[in-house]
Amino acid sequence: MAKKLSRGVAVVGVGMSKFGVFPEKTSRDLFVEAFQELRQSVQKGFDPRDIEAFYMGNFTSDCFENQAHLAPIMASWVGISPVESTRIEDACASGGVALRQGVLAIASGEADVVLVGGLEKMTDLPGAKVTDALALAADSLFEIPAGFTFPGFYAAMATAYLDRYQADPDALLRVGIKNHENGGLNEKAQFNQSIKDVMISKQRKAAQKGLPIPEWADEMAFLKDPKANPMIAWPLRLFDCSPVSDGAAAVLLVSEEMAAKFTDEPIFVVGSGQASDGALAERASLSEVPAAAKASKHAYEMAGLTPDDIDFAEVHDCFTIAEIMAIEDLGFFPRGEGWKAAMNGQTARDGSHPINTSGGLKSKGHPVGASGVGQVVEVWKQMHGLAGERQLRGNLRHALTHNVGGTGQTCVVHIFEKRN
Amino acid sequence: MTDHALHSKAFHEAIEEDLLIGSRCLVCGNISVPQRQICPNCHSDQMERIQMNGIGTLATFTVIYVPPTSMADAGYNAKNPYCVGIVALQEGPRISAQIVGLDLSDPATIKIGMPLKQTFVVRGEGESAKKFLAFEPA
Repeated sequence: MAKKLSRGVAVVGVGMSKFGVFPEKTSRDLFVEAFQELRQSVQKGFDPRDIEAFYMGNFTSDCFENQAHLAPIMASWVGISPVESTRIEDACASGGVALRQGVLAIASGEADVVLVGGLEKMTDLPGAKVTDALALAADSLFEIPAGFTFPGFYAAMATAYLDRYQADPDALLRVGIKNHENGGLNEKAQFNQSIKDVMISKQRKAAQKGLPIPEWADEMAFLKDPKANPMIAWPLRLFDCSPVSDGAAAVLLVSEEMAAKFTDEPIFVVGSGQASDGALAERASLSEVPAAAKASKHAYEMAGLTPDDIDFAEVHDCFTIAEIMAIEDLGFFPRGEGWKAAMNGQTARDGSHPINTSGGLKSKGHPVGASGVGQVVEVWKQMHGLAGERQLRGNLRHALTHNVGGTGQTCVVHIFEKRN
Repeated sequence: MTDHALHSKAFHEAIEEDLLIGSRCLVCGNISVPQRQICPNCHSDQMERIQMNGIGTLATFTVIYVPPTSMADAGYNAKNPYCVGIVALQEGPRISAQIVGLDLSDPATIKIGMPLKQTFVVRGEGESAKKFLAFEPA
């Protein structure tokens, strides 16, 4: 059994930059933006000098910005030097793992006030170089020489999943439609557009250029049009993939006993779990992510909760198939049923298990090191009734975040609780 | 008995000689591909290098239309895609490899479970030419 945290941990503020493509900004500007929003979100305010430790999730600023040793730089740029500052690298799970390190620092009693950040500035490199940088998260000796890319890995998992459960591949497209629908209501999203909006803007662009105006019967027809939505790695198309993004997010954690000094409405981290795995080929099953199941089991046990207690979740939909596997790995749906849930609307905002109300990585954007921290921003907004048009109804008591590195070599899960 | 034969580079050195290698644990019999110095099943370090028979079946696959730089340099692109898969070897372990000799015009016709045998492909030319493990229909 997972032990309870030895001390309670509260989230008292969050912030994020807009996610997107920002050639005029560096990662410093993005992190300052997230930090400033975090400061404003702390109800009773806080003095940055109270921060005792800083954990920063970042995958590879080394490749993207020719800059290593990022944590002390970011600490300096938000004015908190000489606070101990540590960069965490676990590929696309870097942000979620940084969060877990912050939680453990407080639970251990070593710190009372911890800043957790996540950051990636990806769009300065040309596309092929971005693909190569992301490929560093795979096994460079035994996976990359085979010719795998990240879309390729998840495509191979999709092939295995669709074959094993004889699932309808339209389920993949449904995930994209739903997440763009949500992202269309999130002003911070890179693609702040539903698929319908995307179709209309493509028609407008064609008209402006005097080209023949493309027609599609509906979103599914658009997503099945190889010109509008080209194949990247069969069976995954462009709109099955999360984008290349710039962005930053930040969360302020404090010990439970101090939370009231910062806000009357904290949310508590009641579960945290992390697990690892070897290369994809080594796993017993290719249609699930064992480390996600293991990390979530640990987090549920720590929280004393079950999947049925979770009101909504932000999951790591780097590719549409990843969301379908995630909702099974996390226990929201039985094995082989996730694709049906995606088809019949159970994961929509008005469904039984709302998933990725923020738009997910797919529509909100995936600045890899920021993604795991950005998920907490959505949890905070939903639990405080600040999610605007995408606000879920009802009393939201428990939420879960799920962040994956590589194809599941690292998985980290957190469970949050609102008590008032 | 960790020796050079089990070092992580040995796998690709063997490929250069048209051999697919793995390891067998002398304590529990567990077979690993690529070869390991510590048994992932029983943690013994009593490991021997073995040669795999190169026969297997297709466990899963994809066809890649947007290649990484290394595969683009080898001539692959959206109009000339390639298949990469995970192969379940007859001895048990699975391995990632390019799958050659298939008609890629409709990936839906490629079937999981199809029998495969090892082959080797050379990517690159001149001094940058390098041999890689691949599989083809048996």
